[in-house]
Amino acid sequence: MNTRENILNMTKNRSVSSISFFQRLRRTPYQSIAAIFMIFITLFVMGVFLFIAGGLSGILTYFESKPQLTVFFKDEKDKASIDTLIDKLKATGRVATYKYISKDQALAIYREQNKNDPLLLEMVTADILPASLEISATSPEYLSGLADIVKKEPGIDEVVFQKDVVDTLVSWTSTVRKIGIVFIFFLFISTFFILFTSIGMKIALKKEEIEILKLVGATPWYIRKPFIYEGVTYGLMGATGAWVIVSVIMLYLSPFITSFLKGIPALPLLEMSGFTLQIWPFSPAIFLLLWVVLLLSGLIIGLFSSLVAVSRYLRY
Amino acid sequence: MILFDSVSKKYSRSTTALDDINLKVEDGEYVFLVGPSGAGKTTILRLLIRDLLPNHGTILLDDWEINKLPVRKLPYLRRKVGFVFQDFKLLSDRTVAENIAVSLEILGKSRSDIDRRIDEVLKIVHLDSKENHFIGQLSYGEQQRVAIGRAIAGEAKILLADEPTGNLDPKTSWEILKIISDINKSGTTVVMATHNVDIVNSLKKRVVVLSSGKIVRDEHKGKYS
Repeated sequence: MNTRENILNMTKNRSVSSISFFQRLRRTPYQSIAAIFMIFITLFVMGVFLFIAGGLSGILTYFESKPQLTVFFKDEKDKASIDTLIDKLKATGRVATYKYISKDQALAIYREQNKNDPLLLEMVTADILPASLEISATSPEYLSGLADIVKKEPGIDEVVFQKDVVDTLVSWTSTVRKIGIVFIFFLFISTFFILFTSIGMKIALKKEEIEILKLVGATPWYIRKPFIYEGVTYGLMGATGAWVIVSVIMLYLSPFITSFLKGIPALPLLEMSGFTLQIWPFSPAIFLLLWVVLLLSGLIIGLFSSLVAVSRYLRY
Repeated sequence: MILFDSVSKKYSRSTTALDDINLKVEDGEYVFLVGPSGAGKTTILRLLIRDLLPNHGTILLDDWEINKLPVRKLPYLRRKVGFVFQDFKLLSDRTVAENIAVSLEILGKSRSDIDRRIDEVLKIVHLDSKENHFIGQLSYGEQQRVAIGRAIAGEAKILLADEPTGNLDPKTSWEILKIISDINKSGTTVVMATHNVDIVNSLKKRVVVLSSGKIVRDEHKGKYS
């Protein structure tokens, strides 16, 4: 390209707008990178926490919807006496649903769960698995009454309350939520101060330019706009980075989660008028939701910090 | 129309910049403010864009009472006036075209209007070959022309120029003066503070002479001394 073409080309692409975000980034790279990185860390932790909290909440919902009492029978207990027991329980009017699982059915379930592990399959036969009865009560408070009836029966090996599992999970979920919220709150505060200081320093560096712009008739918004855009861009860049990394990690961990949640096919996150959003197995919808949440969080922290910085350092 | 009615300005108790100034400039006039350093020339110009506030008196610019203007209207006052600063006040990290574009962007002009107007202004100030040069790559005279370009780009009806030929060689000074005279001929009011005796004497325009903050002479088709 000769010089004339070069000049014509430059004229054609004449940049008349204010200095772009990337020009600013190039001029003060360390402050900008620190700000973006801090937002990234905060939103990354937030993303991971949202998955853990969402997963735990899904597990909780799963167990809450499962039979709440499981009765394991000794081998000598015959089907007829089990039917009598079922009738006795139904007579209380407190049984919502029940399901009898014979030794053979128990073996089938076991085989399904361990189909990828031939060694485990070889060692187990129907004989060593107990028959069981899964009972769901119409209300959790009837559970202990139903358990008392069962325990008086002969031939009962063990009565397992699903309620115990649920209670433990509730306490875990609540603890995780509290720790997560406190941790993320402090990360957000740190991010705010780093962004606020970074934008404040940039305003100080451009003091002369700002004075000139005021003298030639720029409105406060015209002067503030680039700094607010900068804060918002940091927020959106940090959010996108965090989303990519959290998503990659979650997809990478997918096989491990499958083996950890053995036997649990799906974990619901939201159930609303016939629509169910599952947190597990991972779907595009869940990653889209995470992207929206992180992007909004990045936008809010970027916007808020820059607005506070310009109102503090850019008084007209 | 510009009107100063009994305007006084003190920088401190002992420093009086302007003392009871009465001055009226009609639309389309060309006025030189002359006088020694410290006479109050720059103060008059700075009062007109409310970079300073007077201690007494009233200043009108068209129907705007400048000293009582709410702060939120300040940008709109400054857009009514093109100002060529003594120290240029150019944005050193931007090109010639970008410096001129600033005053058009502020007005909210479209991209195509900005591009078109930049081309026109660059021709007027004879900088069409240097539009992509940064300010540091220009001579003093060229920087002065960028400052004039920025001041006239928004087509304000009033142009204020503070020593636009200061520090320039005579040839460049005359070039700058020719540009400003052409702008005045197109109907723009020009108020220029200057020290340059030759320019004032040869142009035979209205001359307002200031001394120690007072108007000591106001002559149409006047001379420096």
